[in-house]
Amino acid sequence: MNTGGENLWPLLLTAIGQTLQMVVATLVIGGLAGLVLGTLLYTTRPGNLLANRAVYTVLNLLVNIVRPIPFIIFITAVLPLTVQVTGSSYGTRAVVFPMAIMATFATSRIVEQNLVALDPGVIEAARAMGAGPLRIVWTVIVREALAPLILGYTFLFVAITDMSAMAGAVAGGGLGDFAIQYGYQRYNYAAMAITIAVIVVIVQFAQLLGNKLASRVLRR
Amino acid sequence: MTAMVSLLDLTKDFTAGTQSVRAVDGVSLEIERGDIFGVIGYSGAGKSTLVRLINGLETATSGTIVVDDVPITGRTERELRPARARIGFIFQQFNLLGSRTVAGNVAYPLRVARWSKERREARVAELLEFVGLSDKARQYPDQLSGGQKQRVGIARALATSPSLLLADEATSALDPETTHDVLDLLGRVNTELGVTIVIISHEMSVVSYLCNRVAVMDAGRVVEQGDVYDIFSAPQRPVTRRFISTALHDRPSPEVIERLRLRHPGRIVTVGMRDTGGSGTLLTERLRAHGVDGSIVYGGITDIGSRPIGSLTLELVGADTDIDALIASLRARTDVEEHDRGPHDDGPTRARAAR
Repeated sequence: MNTGGENLWPLLLTAIGQTLQMVVATLVIGGLAGLVLGTLLYTTRPGNLLANRAVYTVLNLLVNIVRPIPFIIFITAVLPLTVQVTGSSYGTRAVVFPMAIMATFATSRIVEQNLVALDPGVIEAARAMGAGPLRIVWTVIVREALAPLILGYTFLFVAITDMSAMAGAVAGGGLGDFAIQYGYQRYNYAAMAITIAVIVVIVQFAQLLGNKLASRVLRR
Repeated sequence: MTAMVSLLDLTKDFTAGTQSVRAVDGVSLEIERGDIFGVIGYSGAGKSTLVRLINGLETATSGTIVVDDVPITGRTERELRPARARIGFIFQQFNLLGSRTVAGNVAYPLRVARWSKERREARVAELLEFVGLSDKARQYPDQLSGGQKQRVGIARALATSPSLLLADEATSALDPETTHDVLDLLGRVNTELGVTIVIISHEMSVVSYLCNRVAVMDAGRVVEQGDVYDIFSAPQRPVTRRFISTALHDRPSPEVIERLRLRHPGRIVTVGMRDTGGSGTLLTERLRAHGVDGSIVYGGITDIGSRPIGSLTLELVGADTDIDALIASLRARTDVEEHDRGPHDDGPTRARAAR
């Protein structure tokens, strides 16, 4: 897998490191923010625990506006903001910013969809026992929906890995960047194939872990 | 001592868009300490809404609620939380937390009330012992039968030692045998722990088995209320009579009368059995006194609050004048309904119940 006498293996290793860095950072930041946003979407819905039509309408609209923007366009569109926040317009660290924002909105819908399936009876039971809304959100809503949420986050991991490949376009580095630079532009099909194989292995591993965790929570 | 629950002119409207539905309409009730108070009605009668108003899960449109000397109406959700810990609630669908064990479910209200771990564990053990599920503490709700789930629901509702327990169709999802076990447990909650119980049901048998007082709801209103025996022995409203007939099965329907006619050519009467009037002894004694033969063709007697209630349907054979005199003398003590002989007979026209 060498190109013009250049050994690509160390570069591949760096790329793997960068991808994992981007994906994990995005998953943690976007995952947490998305959990909050998704829970807000669910609880402020008319008829729910913190029903508030105004808040719900604004949040819902915001999510609907941001989510359809193709990520490759989104990265370039928020570039000035990225520079403001991260102090840089390119590189792995910089690209985590647009990734985390997009992941937040994507997560919020996944979280909301999983919470909607909850039996409202258990929330009513917690209210009847004198539990406050924050406690109910954490100890009843999130906890009761934990298994599907874990599967939702596993799905998200795959989506973020996909997103991270596009980050190569703004010199974010990572496997996507590697595959385009060496595999596509220098016609090194071995590099391309190996990159794909690495991504497949990472995704498989994440899916396996997610499934294991979810079934452990479900005690099945 | 004041009542455990006082409802005064309580009204609840549900509004969806421009449509408004009055679910509870001007209800006033007093539920005394120590009562097992039944609220009965068909689905949509407003009884589930009524019970949710009592602990503030629903907010009243107008009227006042006082539970154990604490006002419930006119308070915010936050102000209601401590009051709710004093009111247990059990649900038709149990509403157990599937992610927690049986012990975890019972401990939940104690966590909310900030009990220490040691006190929580001791209390959970005590409650599981009371409901007979000590061996299931580490199991999860999906491993339990319906009756066991409701026992967990009851233990959880009793955790913080409430003075009032609200039961919303607590046995409607259970089979008849399990229903009796759960009702017996609720009876023990009342007698052994001194907890006042309000039980919502669409089954009159639940009321007759467990309650000492009852309110009948129809279209959001309480149409009849009082001592269970009084309501059973002298229902005033058609809706109440329909409920009672489902619990007693003692009075023959017109179809049954028609079938009885085929086999029994004599006059057919239904005599009410009460501890205040009609009884088997009275009936035998009067039949003998008037020289009339009577054979029992239908009926039944049930026990409500250790008092007999029901009716017997008899075929009377003898001289018409003797039978008339017998019916008149029975009517002085209980209700007697004579069933029409049908279009081809020349017998007396339909004689309705005296009470």
